[in-house]
Amino acid sequence: MGMTMAEKILARASGRRTVRPGEFVTAEIDVIMGHDRSFPKAYEYLMNIGIERVAHPDRIVVITDHRVPAMTVLDAEIQKRIRGYVSKLGIRHFYDAGEGICHTVLPEKGHALPGRLIVGGDSHTTTYGALGAASCGLGFSELAYAMCKGQLWFQVPETIRFELRGKLGKGITSKDVMLRLMGEHTAEVAQYKAVEFGGAVASAMSVDGRMTMSNMGVEMGAKFAFFAADEKTVAYLRGRSPEPVRPFGPDADASYLAVHTLDVTGMEPQVALPHNPDHVKPISQVGEIRIDQAFIGSCTNSRTEDLERAASILKGRKVHPGTRLLVIPGSREVLINSTRNGVIQILAEAGAMIATPGCGPCGGGSTGVLGPGENGIACTNRNFKGRMGSTESFNYLASPETVAASAIEGRIADPRKYLP
Amino acid sequence: MPIRIKGRVWKFGPDINTDYMAPSFSQNLDWEEMQKTILHIHPRFPREHRPGDVIVADANFGCGSSRESAPANLKRMGIGCVVAESFGRIFFRNSIAIAFPVLICKGVAQAFEEGDELELDFNGSRVRNLTRGTELAGHPLPADLIHIVESGGILELLRQEGASAAPRA
Repeated sequence: MGMTMAEKILARASGRRTVRPGEFVTAEIDVIMGHDRSFPKAYEYLMNIGIERVAHPDRIVVITDHRVPAMTVLDAEIQKRIRGYVSKLGIRHFYDAGEGICHTVLPEKGHALPGRLIVGGDSHTTTYGALGAASCGLGFSELAYAMCKGQLWFQVPETIRFELRGKLGKGITSKDVMLRLMGEHTAEVAQYKAVEFGGAVASAMSVDGRMTMSNMGVEMGAKFAFFAADEKTVAYLRGRSPEPVRPFGPDADASYLAVHTLDVTGMEPQVALPHNPDHVKPISQVGEIRIDQAFIGSCTNSRTEDLERAASILKGRKVHPGTRLLVIPGSREVLINSTRNGVIQILAEAGAMIATPGCGPCGGGSTGVLGPGENGIACTNRNFKGRMGSTESFNYLASPETVAASAIEGRIADPRKYLP
Repeated sequence: MPIRIKGRVWKFGPDINTDYMAPSFSQNLDWEEMQKTILHIHPRFPREHRPGDVIVADANFGCGSSRESAPANLKRMGIGCVVAESFGRIFFRNSIAIAFPVLICKGVAQAFEEGDELELDFNGSRVRNLTRGTELAGHPLPADLIHIVESGGILELLRQEGASAAPRA
């Protein structure tokens, strides 16, 4: 019998011919990622127990992205320590403040490749599933352990397959598809499981669009969130990957725990209401919601294509006088692309605040948090109470287009009327 | 050494995420003040919890962020264990890694009221409601994972291995 993508990768990484769901394996990790919140902790945990070497410095990627540029003396001190730590361990793959968000930068720099097993000290590490990698988040102690040993235990997960059929309407994006799936199947449908997104809609989706869905795979509880690596993946990685890239997918006769089908034809823009990403409604049922701040950014939706789509709505228009629009490009590459193609100018002329590539206010740690009683709309991944600022604020999740249209109207708005 | 935990129950609903256990808005407060923000979603828990209390929760406890400070904060404030219908997988792994007892147990949310006395037999994956005299079987953990918790966590295991844990030059 054939294997799913998760089974193939865990079998290869644990030196077995096949594995089956439920088995425990010890697997060799191809890439270990740590950022400014997780890497220093993991390093200090190892030093505290007298371990001063790591198994494979070349497999470790470190990036400073959560609080950039440093907002406090403590941030600056942590970032300084990180520079010392990477040099002490001999880590070559280090991206300092300003390069962008880990989950935008790792794919851009060719670290996230089809068939690789990747762990990261961040829950949204599932993002690299969009390129056919088995990737998941872990905590500080396990990050330390993985760095030291180069291996980690895994339980082989069952896989749920989502078949995406039909054709996306104008102005409808992969974010809307993901929110729709969240609303229909809830935040724990994929608890302890892997998911594979497939079907005509998945094939037609850009790599940027796929990354949005794999990123939010963790909001469904998923361990890994795959797309098959196809010709688009190969084209995306050309010039980025240090090694040749080949298509990679599940066996045709792989066995799934469940297969769910969604026909996206005629689907409206979707919005997640406070305070959970699975509290989803089509935009026509959201009602009149005043918006104080609209945020386009985060590892979910701040890639070149996301900013372009937002700009197509905002071109020649102005942000509503009572509303703030904050745009944070996902990486230096996105910032350069968006400068070159005129998107930054369109956003600035519309009245947007534009900040340094990084995580921004998404996790509540950096620039642009919400105050008490404020409503925000963001193309981020989580709208938990108090995550993006005050516990008395309310955050709505939507696509970059919907966030842009809402910035224009100062209330949650359907972007389709603004499409060129 | 088998792990047995007894304590007074605080109840939580579904989808309690790790941001609620380690809020970014309170990360720079001192521990006394920060404790009052942990699980702020509950009207009384932040101010009335006592060391030795335990948590019973509905599905998906610990969903969201990978921050290990979530289970670490609960452990540091003296919470004995969490028994839930299901857990966010990273929270679950982090809890095992730092030796904080967690048990998946179907039916637990119905079986306990706030304030009931709970007894957990971690090694046997069983939970008793001492107030009501009922008992439930949880999802058994593999022996290797029980060993991690009994040993004090994966870093403690690495420390015990000492030099042999460190990779060769």
